[in-house]
Amino acid sequence: MSVFLKHPVAPVDSVGVEARAAFFTKRSLKNEAKAAALRLAVSMMDLTTLEGADTKGKITQLCRKARQPMEKRYGCPPCAAVCVYPNLVAHAVKELKGSGIPVASVATGFPSGQYPLDLRLADTRHALGEGAEEIDMVISRGAFLEGDFVRVFDEIAAVKEVCGGAHLKVIFETGELQTYDHIRFMGQLAIEAGADFIKTSTGKVAPAATLAVTLVMVETVRDHFLATGRHVGVKPAGGIRTAKEALHYLVMVKETAGDDWLRPDRFRFGASSLLLDVEMQIARMEEGRYQNAEYFAKG
Amino acid sequence: MKSKQSAPDLTFARALDYAPAPETFRVNVRKRYDLFLDGRFVAPKSGKYFASVNPATGRRHALIALAGKADLDAAVKSARRAFETTWGPMAPAERGKYLFRIARIIQEKSRELAVLESSDGGKPIRESRDFDLPLVAAHFFHHAGWADKLEFAFPGRKPTPLGVAAQVIPWNFPLLMAAWKIAPALACGNTVVLKPAETTSLTALHLAEIFQEADLPPGVVNVVTGAGDTGAALVAHPGVDKIAFTGSTEVGKRIAAAVAGTKKRLTLELGGKAANLVFADAPIDEAVEGVISGIYFNQGHVCCAGSRLLVQESIHDEFVARLGRRLRTLRVGDPLDKNTDIGAINSKEQLGRITALIDSGIEEGARLHESSCELPTEGYWCRPCFFTGVTPAHRIAREEIFGPVLSVMSFRTPSEAVAKANDTCYGLSAGIWTDKGSRIFKIASQLKAGVIWANSYNQFDPTSPFGGYKESGFGREGGRQGLTGYVRLTGD
Repeated sequence: MSVFLKHPVAPVDSVGVEARAAFFTKRSLKNEAKAAALRLAVSMMDLTTLEGADTKGKITQLCRKARQPMEKRYGCPPCAAVCVYPNLVAHAVKELKGSGIPVASVATGFPSGQYPLDLRLADTRHALGEGAEEIDMVISRGAFLEGDFVRVFDEIAAVKEVCGGAHLKVIFETGELQTYDHIRFMGQLAIEAGADFIKTSTGKVAPAATLAVTLVMVETVRDHFLATGRHVGVKPAGGIRTAKEALHYLVMVKETAGDDWLRPDRFRFGASSLLLDVEMQIARMEEGRYQNAEYFAKG
Repeated sequence: MKSKQSAPDLTFARALDYAPAPETFRVNVRKRYDLFLDGRFVAPKSGKYFASVNPATGRRHALIALAGKADLDAAVKSARRAFETTWGPMAPAERGKYLFRIARIIQEKSRELAVLESSDGGKPIRESRDFDLPLVAAHFFHHAGWADKLEFAFPGRKPTPLGVAAQVIPWNFPLLMAAWKIAPALACGNTVVLKPAETTSLTALHLAEIFQEADLPPGVVNVVTGAGDTGAALVAHPGVDKIAFTGSTEVGKRIAAAVAGTKKRLTLELGGKAANLVFADAPIDEAVEGVISGIYFNQGHVCCAGSRLLVQESIHDEFVARLGRRLRTLRVGDPLDKNTDIGAINSKEQLGRITALIDSGIEEGARLHESSCELPTEGYWCRPCFFTGVTPAHRIAREEIFGPVLSVMSFRTPSEAVAKANDTCYGLSAGIWTDKGSRIFKIASQLKAGVIWANSYNQFDPTSPFGGYKESGFGREGGRQGLTGYVRLTGD
């Protein structure tokens, strides 16, 4: 790392940023706008399963779901990616063959990151070797909270180097960093170190993604773009369960960073149960009535 | 800032465009509204009515009674009788019960009242729904609680009511200003003659219906509608003990002159030209939001609007660029659409005043940055805008515009910031934006303004007193301090 990074950088006022986030929940999306937004949300979804109990059978189900979330008549697009543990990457790659949907693997000692760097890099190499096209790494939160930002930076840069052309998402675990100032600073640090995406959470720590935390991250990638012309994506993950919440995020992205981020290569949802609710909303809009959740195939 | 054509920029075009989201609750606006005198709606003695216009269409949507001298006599007489026979002698706890009942009915009818407020005055439904109405109810609840506890507000002194209060309110927050005036007056045992602004009478008259529904004794509140002449006649009426006015400094001065030498007590809440001070270490995105809502809230029809932005020179260009981008995402249009940020200008006359001041800014050499949004073809509209290159001598830096127009200036040091912020005949409000807590207190103590917000703007609560320094008026509304305007204290 060549620059001396001083903390804090641009301060974030917590009252103000939470009020701004709450503002986006007041927007009203109706009719065609809502129909389009729901489908966009599906196309931005990293359909995820990260359980010790995951099996090949479970991954097969998930991959089928990602290819075709709903019956064809609903015109629902496929999901953006399928996100799994390294052990299941090869199977997911096989199941998604020909679909164009990439497999994302968590790596670098997910979810804690509390492993020596060489093991974390080996973890990454293994996932790539199995066919993962996207890597969701975790940062060393301990190092960050100790103030060893240089180590955090260097580790991200090292993982990025291993990734080569593969897409690197850097997970902050915002629930552990806690303050918006930390998140803003971590955003700048990760972007400088080579992140293609910055991601809120592992889903293993509460709170996971919140609208305000994601807003700070979207503001960070927006400001970075305005300064350099380079786009970095944002991925809120964990805790987004309803279609309504997903729409709030899209409204926030639209009004904060604009059209350029309303696409699956710039904004993703990391979610497992969100898809079902979005499907139910899409079906409700098409059929004009709410459907029984049991009419929808689970992932 | 378009110095470099190749500089990266954001696009806020039509991706994920919001479909129209109109508020569907329909309110019956009656063709004709009468005066509310002695607990009943009665036609004006003159038989005269004037038109009330929906500013979003420019079309007439109701006829409002024009109160003449005979009607004012009747109103004041009814208020006096209620003061002497029912409301004045009533046990304070009983008065409190009426106020609680009114507050609850307002909550129940808040959707209806919000729609009415937005169609009559042009403000976005999101604001009338989420800001005006909750605060209206909160003011009645707050003062209901004071009704039987006044002696605790003034330890060692005995508060007694003044008598009949004449209250003249403006068109920018019609129902909220009615609540700010009526609730403390009634809680302190006074009776009221209220005169709403001529462009926004409807919600005050619907509030009168709520008084009927709450069985408020006849005459405790009377509503007389009309324009400036009606207000002037009410203020001059010899049967009035107290005058409370919110409106322009120009009219406030005339009222002060008219009241001089009489027994009448007076409180005035007048104009403003508030400064938002943004220091280089401010949380910048939150400061941008605060400045935006500070000036564009309610189309800028706000006496405490942050209409001057004083930004530290080292971040001036950056801040202006962010303001410009934010301006592009403001949604101007139908006040009843739930996604509208900026509604219609309240009246043709006000639009004329705003336009004249924008023209003066251009003529005097400031640079106009304007939203490129489309405006509806009917009704009264103004694109939200700001000026850079403004100097303290420009008219747009000195005069209250009362529209969506911000004047941006810069400062170099904290002392220059304070000097520029105080360089105005007004002193209603100010905002300070900095990450440094100690600076907030230091600067706040040097600003001559009645309300100072730190890292926020336009925060209101009935417990917090509101009022001005200098030509922004005197007296406070809200909080314990607000009660003093409606009581006589032993030893006074």
